[in-house]
Amino acid sequence: MSKIGVFICHCGENISATVDVARVAEAAGQLEGVAFSTDYKYMCSDPGQTMIKQAIKENGLNGVVVGSCSPRMHEPTFRKACQEAGLNPFMCEMANLREHCSWVHDKSEATTQKAIDLVRTLVEKVKLNKPLFSIQVPVTKTALVIGGGIAGIQASLDIASAGHQVILVEKDPSIGGHMSQLSETFPTLDCSQCILTPRMVEVAQHPNIKLMTYAELEKLEGSIGNFKATIRKKAKSIDEDLCNGCGTCTTKCPTKKIPSEFNTGLGMRTAIYVPFPQAVPNKPVIDKENCSYYQKGKCKVCEKVCPTGAIRFDQEDELVELEVGAVVIATGFDIMQPSGFPEYGYGKYKDVITGLQFERLASASGPTLGEIRRPSDGKIPEKIVFVACAGSRDPAKGVPYCSKICCMYTAKHAMLYQHKVHHGKSYIFYMDIRAAGKNYEEFVRRAIVEDEVNYIRGRVSKVYEENGKLIVKGVDTLLSAKPVEIEADMVVLASAAVANPGAEALAQKMHVSYDSYNFFSEAHPKLKPVETNTAGIFLAGACQAPKDIPETVSQASGAASKVIILFSKDELSRDPLIAVVNRSPAPVFSTCVGCFMCASACPYQAIGEELITNRQGKVIKKVAKVNPGLCQGCGTCVAFCRSKSIDIQGYSNEQMCAEVIALLNHE
Amino acid sequence: MTEFEPKIIAFVCNWCTYAGADLTGTSRIKYAQNVKIIRFPCTGRIDFMLLLKSFGEGADGIIVSGCHPNDCHYTSGNFHARRRWIMFRGLLDMLGIDVRRIQYSWVSAAEGFKWADIVNSTVNTIRELGPYTEYEKVAGYLEKEANQ
Repeated sequence: MSKIGVFICHCGENISATVDVARVAEAAGQLEGVAFSTDYKYMCSDPGQTMIKQAIKENGLNGVVVGSCSPRMHEPTFRKACQEAGLNPFMCEMANLREHCSWVHDKSEATTQKAIDLVRTLVEKVKLNKPLFSIQVPVTKTALVIGGGIAGIQASLDIASAGHQVILVEKDPSIGGHMSQLSETFPTLDCSQCILTPRMVEVAQHPNIKLMTYAELEKLEGSIGNFKATIRKKAKSIDEDLCNGCGTCTTKCPTKKIPSEFNTGLGMRTAIYVPFPQAVPNKPVIDKENCSYYQKGKCKVCEKVCPTGAIRFDQEDELVELEVGAVVIATGFDIMQPSGFPEYGYGKYKDVITGLQFERLASASGPTLGEIRRPSDGKIPEKIVFVACAGSRDPAKGVPYCSKICCMYTAKHAMLYQHKVHHGKSYIFYMDIRAAGKNYEEFVRRAIVEDEVNYIRGRVSKVYEENGKLIVKGVDTLLSAKPVEIEADMVVLASAAVANPGAEALAQKMHVSYDSYNFFSEAHPKLKPVETNTAGIFLAGACQAPKDIPETVSQASGAASKVIILFSKDELSRDPLIAVVNRSPAPVFSTCVGCFMCASACPYQAIGEELITNRQGKVIKKVAKVNPGLCQGCGTCVAFCRSKSIDIQGYSNEQMCAEVIALLNHE
Repeated sequence: MTEFEPKIIAFVCNWCTYAGADLTGTSRIKYAQNVKIIRFPCTGRIDFMLLLKSFGEGADGIIVSGCHPNDCHYTSGNFHARRRWIMFRGLLDMLGIDVRRIQYSWVSAAEGFKWADIVNSTVNTIRELGPYTEYEKVAGYLEKEANQ
C-alpha cells in the first residue's frame, strides 16, 4: 500500500505569493495513498529537511513528493534527506511549483489548481517508483583540457599539481592564447608575456602534463569518469623529436609575406613558422595553404637547410584516442571584426585598428617593437581617438551584451600611449565607464587625472580621411551636448568580444549547452558557474562569457578543483536511471523477441545479446541485454520496442502513463 | 458561458526544454496556466502512443519539445523523435485528430522567451480549434484494438 508524504514549500514568498500553498497541501492530503501532507516556509532548509525525515520515520512513508523548485535545483538535496531517513532516494520526486508555476503565472485560482495538478501527477508517479541503487563506475584519473590560453594553462597546472594526468590540447601551434598577444595588463601594467611565459614553460616541463599543440577535438564519447576523446593532431610537417627549434628554416623560407595571426596582420611571417619567439613548444609548423611546395610542388628550401633533417612533407593528420575522466573547456573568445560598422572605416583606412591590434603595436615583442606607429606610414600619431563599445551593447548591429573588458583596456591603451608619446593627445568616446573590480576604478581615474586622457561621453557617428588625417565626428552628450570633431592620426576600436567561430560545433560534439551568442552555458548561473549540464565537463574562462584575466584564472582554478574532487575517489556513483530488459519465469524468460530494434537505435552501443540456455546448455532464446556501464538512460530504445520488453527505470512506461492520466483527470 | 480553457500537456526533454522552461520561470516571463509539463529524459524516449493516450484522457492539445537538431544530450534522440513525428503526423488524420493540436518544437536551455511564446501561441491555437471531443471515439477504438 502506498504511503506517500507530500511536502509543499513556500520558498519564502516565491511560491506562496501566487499559489495558495495551504490549499495545495490540503488537496494533496485528500489523494488516495497520501498518508501525510504539509506545507512549510523553506523545505530545503535544515528544519524543512528534518520535517521530511521525521514524517518518513513517524508515518512509515514509502514515497515522497516535494512540491518546490525545479528538480534541477534541489532533487539531490531531497533525495539525500530521504536516504538519511532510511527511504530509498529514488522514492522521492519533485513537483516543480516554482519555475513552472508560481513564477510564470499571476496569483489566481487557476495557478493554485495547476499546482495541485502538478503535485497529483507526481504523487501518481511516485506510487510506481521502485527502489533503485546507484551504479558504481571506475574513474579514469586523466583530465582533458581543451584550449591552451591562460584558462587552460591554469586549469592544467592545478590539476597536474594535484597529482593527476592532464592532456592539454591546443588548436594553434603554440599555447598562450590571447594573453600572449597583450602588451601590458590592467590595472597593474605588468607585462603580459612576463607573467604568462613562465607558466607556459611550466606546462611544457610538468611531468603530469602532456601537451598536444596544433590539435583539435574530433569526437567525445562516454560519460563522466569514462570519456573517450578522439583528437586530431594536424600534420605539422616536421618530426618533433628531431627538430631542435634552431629556427634556420623560418629564416630561410622564401615565402615571407603572410600576415601573421599573432601580430593581427600588422606583421608578416613565413610559411614555415613559429607564431612568436616565446612559443611553447618552440618548434615550427608548415602552413600548407601558403607553402610553395604544397601549393606548387616546388621549393623544399626548409628541408635543404634543416640541420637535423626534421622536415616531413608526407606527414598526415593523426587521430589519437584517449581515455579521460573529465574535460575542461577553455577555448576562449574571439574579437568581432568591426567590418559591420562602415561608419568607423575599419578595413577602408589603414589607421583604423582594433584594440587587439593596438596591443600588438604597444607590445615590446610586436611588429614595431613597442613603438606606437601608424600602420599606414609608420609615423608616430599625435592624436589618437579610442572608440569604446564598438559592437558591444549594440543590439541593432553588434551584440547586446557588455564585453566587460573594453572599458579597462581602452583606459590602459590611452595610458600606454601617453606614456610612450608624451606630447600626444588621446580621446576616448564612451557610453558608460564600467570599472568594477579591484583597483579598476582607481586605474581609470589615474588615466584621466595623471595621464590627461580626454573622456568624451558620446558616440562616434563617422570616421573619414581628409588630408592624411582621420576626421572623427561624434557628440559630447554631457554638459554641452554639442557635436565634436577631432582630427586624429589613428582610431582604435574596442570591438566586441564574441564566441569563437568553432564554439557551436565544439558544443555539439561534446553535448554541452550554449547560449544564443554561442558562449557555453553553465549548469546554474549562480551556484554552478563552472559546471556544464553534462556531468564531468567543466568550463574555464572566456568561452563562457567575456572575462578579464583575474576572473579567468579564478574560474580555471575552480574548474580544476571540480576535476580534482571528481578524481579524489576511485569510483563514482551514477544514477541508475537506465534501461532494462524484462525477465519472467520459464518458459517465457523475457517478452523480448530479439528483434534488436533497440540495439540499432541506441546511440551508445549499450545493447548486446544474451543467450538463454536450458539445463543441457542448448540455446532456447536470444534476447537483448543492456550494459549498465554504457547505458546513459536516454530511453530511445523504450520508444522503439515493439513488445514493450525494454523499459527505463525512473521513466517507465507505467509511470509516464500514470502521469498522463493523473495530469488530465481532475474534477 | 465561461471561456473554453484548453487542457494542454507538454512532453519535454530534461536537458533542453525542461531547462528552458526553468529559465522562463527564473526570468519571470508570464504564460498561460493551461500547459502542464511532464519531464522525459529525452524526446527520443517519448512513445507516441502516449500522445494518443493523452487525447484519450481528455487533452485538447499537446506540445512535444526537445533539443535543437545536433544539440541532443544523447547525440541522436531528438532525430529519432523527429522521424517518429513525421511518421506519426500522417496517422493523425486517419484517427480524426487535427495535426494542429500537436505542437512539435525545439527549445534550448537558453530559450526562456521561446518557451513562453510556444505555450501562449499553442493555447491560442487550441482555443480557436475548440475542445477536442473525438477522444471518446479514439479511446474506444484503442480499447477495442487492445482487446482483440
